[in-house]
Amino acid sequence: MTGQTDAKLEQVCKIIEKHHSDGSKLIPILQEIQEVYRYLPEEVIDFTARKLKIPAAQVYGVATFYSHFALTPKGKYLVKVCNGTACHVKKSIPVLNAIVEKLKLSEGKMTTDDMLFTVETVSCLGACGLAPVMVINEDVHGMMTPTKAVAEIDKILAEEAAK
Amino acid sequence: MTLDLKKIAESYKAKIEERRVIVCAGTACVANGALKVIDALKKEIEKAGISVRVDVHEENKNKKDLYLSKSGCHGFCQQGPLVTIMPENIFYVKVKPEDAAEIVETTLKNHQVVDRLLFVEPSDGKHAKNHNEITFYKRQNRVSLKESGHICPEDIEEYISEGGYEGAKKALTSMTSDEVCKLMLDSGLRGRGGAGFPTGKKWQFTLVNKSDVKYVVCNADEGDPGAFMDRSVMEGNPHSVLEGMLIAAKAIEGTKGYIYCRAEYPLAVKRVKKAIEDARSLGVLGKNIFGTDFSFDIEVMEGAGAFVCGEETALIHSIEGQRGMPTPKPPFPAKSGLFGKPTVINNVETLACVPLIMRNGAEWFKKLGSASSAGTKTFALTGHVANTGLVEVPFGTTLREIIFNIGGGVTDDQGKPMPDGFKAVQIGGPSGACLTPEHLDIPIDFDSVKAYGAIVGSGGLVVMNKNTCMVSVARFFMRFTQSESCGKCVLCREGTKQMLAMLDDIMNGDANEETLVKLEELAHAVSQGSLCGLGKTAPNPVLSTLKYFRDEYEAHVFNKKCPAKQCKALCAPEIDPAKCKGCTLCAKKCPVGAIEGAPGKVHKIDPEKCIKCGVCKETCKFGAVI
Ligand SMILES: Cc1cc2nc3c(=O)[nH]c(=O)nc-3n(C[C@H](O)[C@H](O)[C@H](O)COP(=O)(O)O)c2cc1C
Ligand code: SF4
Ligand code: SF4
Ligand code: SF4
Ligand code: FES
Ligand code: FES
Repeated sequence: MTGQTDAKLEQVCKIIEKHHSDGSKLIPILQEIQEVYRYLPEEVIDFTARKLKIPAAQVYGVATFYSHFALTPKGKYLVKVCNGTACHVKKSIPVLNAIVEKLKLSEGKMTTDDMLFTVETVSCLGACGLAPVMVINEDVHGMMTPTKAVAEIDKILAEEAAK
Repeated sequence: MTLDLKKIAESYKAKIEERRVIVCAGTACVANGALKVIDALKKEIEKAGISVRVDVHEENKNKKDLYLSKSGCHGFCQQGPLVTIMPENIFYVKVKPEDAAEIVETTLKNHQVVDRLLFVEPSDGKHAKNHNEITFYKRQNRVSLKESGHICPEDIEEYISEGGYEGAKKALTSMTSDEVCKLMLDSGLRGRGGAGFPTGKKWQFTLVNKSDVKYVVCNADEGDPGAFMDRSVMEGNPHSVLEGMLIAAKAIEGTKGYIYCRAEYPLAVKRVKKAIEDARSLGVLGKNIFGTDFSFDIEVMEGAGAFVCGEETALIHSIEGQRGMPTPKPPFPAKSGLFGKPTVINNVETLACVPLIMRNGAEWFKKLGSASSAGTKTFALTGHVANTGLVEVPFGTTLREIIFNIGGGVTDDQGKPMPDGFKAVQIGGPSGACLTPEHLDIPIDFDSVKAYGAIVGSGGLVVMNKNTCMVSVARFFMRFTQSESCGKCVLCREGTKQMLAMLDDIMNGDANEETLVKLEELAHAVSQGSLCGLGKTAPNPVLSTLKYFRDEYEAHVFNKKCPAKQCKALCAPEIDPAKCKGCTLCAKKCPVGAIEGAPGKVHKIDPEKCIKCGVCKETCKFGAVI
């Protein structure tokens, strides 16, 4: 475990070095760190602040301002249901509700206990012609219906169970 | 050494095959399986003994029978994956990997058209062989989108072969900064990012502020949810944006460029980054461009999910590594922008127009549009309309032309034609307004729509049919702006929250006359008491729906009814005595015992007891519950 932690911290150091410890590059630095951990752990935020020689409060300020930064771990599969205007008028909310129900989530709890899924809404993925749209990790799924969306989740569940 | 663009163009043309299959590989088509279509086509083509290459530069320097290339978005994503066959210019839609064999056999070998893969015109059921036979395309005037969907976005040489970088070369080698600004001013180009500010003027303001470092920033944040024209340009023709920035840099004596792109567009980021690398290797970015003493380079920065960062001062703070909160103007970015240096910020589409103006002249551009708004504008047409997609038309085109002719008319919720279904169109996204049938014939430009409380904005057009509840539309946008408010101004932060709560009350049947009065008062207060455009325009959707659909608000408030039957809390079920068979099923299922009636007799719902759960409606086999 510690070995893995160290390896990850080393990656963080490399990221910061790559950006010449430049505080104005805080956002790309945090983005890259989040790719390593899939979220921003508290101790890594403090570590980054010290490395960049800026107050930890400033790093927290940025990390909490932007919606892409997560301060709590996210599931292995990040399901983003688009609720931009185009998707909304094509009934994206029933799609969202179906997934939330399927995974037994609720408004305050959007990550499953087994850390497999996190469900979020986003505003427009630029694929409005295929509204309503859902993205699972990198894969874009267009023209969703509640049934089709649940089928995608089932597919992942089956794949995971087979592992 | 001066770069010989003509020579690059000629050598490119000499090495490219006349026979070409172009597959759209924009975000939406990829989502629809375009990459699998490419693989299948390649396999089938090779199987048929036709030699093919997928990269004109690497794979065997010798010509082959055919070039299988990728393009960016055609703006017709709903019909994707799209496959175009040149030189015949045959246009196939909704192509699946299974269709590859037939395309190769019938079209590539036997020069016949596969009818079933052609686009079928919804109005007359005719099959269209190419773009020019499709009303959606025929009635557009594609200028800035012309090359997207045709050229390979990852090939700088192809961009050059279409006249690319000639405009930048002209600006850098034979014009002064003043002349470049003047040309833009003469062309009448106005910012496509929302405000419609004259680009030439903005550049002049920045030029006069002397500094050793100046920035050109491309605003690719495309925050309006439901608009995707900037994505399409970056994916389909990224070099046009780079060339626009290069010309802007010449105009303001800029030294460094940034493209601030929203992170939801990974493919656009990838294509733009590749374009920058290629431009650098060729020498159109970097030091001493075109043999002049002018140097300029561009960096890409990805946003992190904050709509307000589309506002220029917020965007600047975000590039600087801070929270993206707007600050008061003045100082204007032209004087003190990024890192305190003079900065010009332009939208993607604005910048993509610049090289075209350089190439074709100010007069050409001016003639394209209306008196006050030159050129064309791309609208993202979505919602309840037959053809959703990107529509580029000259300023001055009417909504009727866009929605009914190009868009093919209004549809119901299932996508079937709904001839009398038009209710409203939301123009300009969360800052915009809902317009009605009476506005269909206004020629749309920056100034004309203002009279109706609307803005062109980024160009989002969301069509809504008669089943849409306008209060819930207003609520949708209010929720969006409320959650995106940066929190700096009390009126924006708290006011939008209160407005949202009032809209919820209206939809839940908890509102009274006072709610409407207060909602309107607060709307005006929020727009006056907010610092940036987000707060200033957040009440627009509410104000415009209150203006044009007041009766619908009143029905919610006074009659506790949702005329569109969308607000669940207000849709009290009733039993139609003519249809009820007295089967008692609904009474048995009702969780609160609100339904009374003897077997065989007409049943009745007690509205006092009913909790509007909808179970009775689902239960009744005779459609008696309405
Ligand atoms: C809340 C808010 C969001 C904005 N979002 C965008 C955007 O996503 N893209 C954009 O180009 N302009 C956006 N703008 C407008 C920019 O502030 C700015 O006016 C524009 O980028 C200038 O470029 P232009 O003159 O080429 O239009 C936004 C403005 C506000 C107030
Ligand atoms: S108007 Fe709203 S978004 Fe703009 S600065 Fe004020 S609080 Fe922030
Ligand atoms: S289920 Fe329908 S038909 Fe039967 S009692 Fe109820 S309303 Fe009447
Ligand atoms: S809507 Fe629900 S509560 Fe109301 S009458 Fe029907 S079943 Fe009963
Ligand atoms: S609104 Fe959902 S992809 Fe654009
Ligand atoms: S992505 Fe292919 S048409 Fe838009």
